Amino acid sequence: MTAPRNARFSMHVQGWLLALPAIVLLATFTHVPAVSTVVDSFFSTPHGRQPAAFIGLDQYRTMLADPIFWRAVENNLLYALITVPVSIGLALAMALWVNGRIRGRAALRLAFFTPTILPMVAAANIWLFFYTPDYGLLDQIGRLFGVDSTNWLGSPATALPALMAVTIWKEAGFFMIFFLAALQQVPPDLYEAARMENAGRWQIFRRITWPLVMPTTLFVAINALINAFRIVDQVIAMTGGGPNNATTLLLFYIYQVAFSFWDIGYAAALSTVLLFVLGTIALAQFFLLDRRIHYR
Amino acid sequence: MSVRLRELAAMIAAWLFGLIWGLPLLYAIWAAFHPSAFATNFDLFAPLTLHNFGRAWEAAPFARYFLNTVLLVLGIMAGQFVICTLAAFGLARWKFFGGEILFALILIQLMVTPDVLILENYRTLHELGLIDTLTGVGLPYVASAFGIFLLRQAFKSIPKELDDAARMEGASTLQTILKVYLPLARPIYIAYGLVSVSYHWNNFLWPLIVTNSVDTRPVTVGLQVFASVDQGVDWSVICAAALMTSAPLMIVFLVFQRAFIQSFLRAGIR
Repeated sequence: MTAPRNARFSMHVQGWLLALPAIVLLATFTHVPAVSTVVDSFFSTPHGRQPAAFIGLDQYRTMLADPIFWRAVENNLLYALITVPVSIGLALAMALWVNGRIRGRAALRLAFFTPTILPMVAAANIWLFFYTPDYGLLDQIGRLFGVDSTNWLGSPATALPALMAVTIWKEAGFFMIFFLAALQQVPPDLYEAARMENAGRWQIFRRITWPLVMPTTLFVAINALINAFRIVDQVIAMTGGGPNNATTLLLFYIYQVAFSFWDIGYAAALSTVLLFVLGTIALAQFFLLDRRIHYR
Repeated sequence: MSVRLRELAAMIAAWLFGLIWGLPLLYAIWAAFHPSAFATNFDLFAPLTLHNFGRAWEAAPFARYFLNTVLLVLGIMAGQFVICTLAAFGLARWKFFGGEILFALILIQLMVTPDVLILENYRTLHELGLIDTLTGVGLPYVASAFGIFLLRQAFKSIPKELDDAARMEGASTLQTILKVYLPLARPIYIAYGLVSVSYHWNNFLWPLIVTNSVDTRPVTVGLQVFASVDQGVDWSVICAAALMTSAPLMIVFLVFQRAFIQSFLRAGIR
């Protein structure tokens, strides 16, 4: 009786030992900091010899009265609301084009996908040139059509849309490959049957393609949504949040408050909000997608 | 007739978008290989030059930045392979006490990625004395929920009989992993490796925060420092630098295009 019990005991121990290095690292850099972010948000920022003091919800009161925070929330929501559907729509269109018998599809696929491989910082610096007033590519093209020069990144009205364009450009090609994979799984006899019935292109898309790529669309949408709340590279590289906070997004504001203003308590409260947003998306994913995206 | 017309319209639209999507890279190539005078002046007969690359290379310690990035990317990948393999193997083949809950806890990291926790992780690194070190840049990423998930799936699909056979012949756990599981899960390792390398080659925010010297900065941060310090905006040199930092990954991608896209797919469908 002792031998099997011993074996079972050693099985539990071995299992934990194998996972131990991962557990320690994950706890150190994910679970503990996530909890201490929330805890720190109830404390003041230590100054010099004055240690952090418990101040309850004061940081959150400051936050509610902070116009830059609200600006960041508004910008971020707008960012998600526009970039997510547009990149998904474009990704699906790209996949349909590349999947069909179009001329030069290999070149097209390459053109669509390469932005994914480029470092965002490198791409941002190239896009900076496009947006430069007078000399930039956009203004040079605009001049051909008699349009006046625009300070794309310098005026509050155009700066955020200009950044959105970069995000859409970077992400659409990445999402395209998921749709491409989904399209290739659609049984060809479905299309043949539809053609026999003389169904129009739009009908085929609505009745066959769209429902069959729906799980992919949901999966991509969740990922795009998460990305939208973690965007920061192009803000740092292109606008620094300006002009007048027109392009400040949540993660950028956290970065600024934490590492430029060194206001640790407030940065923790802002991070808690971001954690809450991501947690909500995670729950939505759990209930919406659950087991529907298991193709394999 | 109208079907033809519609196909033509679709083709024009596709190519228009293809052109827009390719434009930034095409422009960067144009500006980098022509003298500065032609950076904003598109003349088909402009002379070609490599001068901009030379100037960028001299203006900032890019050689060191590249070395840092390569060390970082390979180090993270090696660490991930070891740590995620062990954890994934334990979770896939040992029905140990609390394993299910543990796996659920691990998956939290898919949502709460290290870039959201920059503040606390910076303080942790500070306490460990790892600020401004390559180890510090890589450490939070070494245990990756994504890698554990991916490898666990792969290991689960490997027949248990192969495992048992190896053990009958007296192989230890480690030997079984090395001789049975690693070879059979090779495509997954390749996929995970490519995704990991391209992610960390391009990663920016965390290295920007943790590094503050030439000896530790990866190319992305180096490029940003270079582009923002360089006051006289010289697009040709900036484009040359941007191309340089992207080139190694781009070349790998062009050579292994199919494997790359397959990897992203395999890694993305979770």
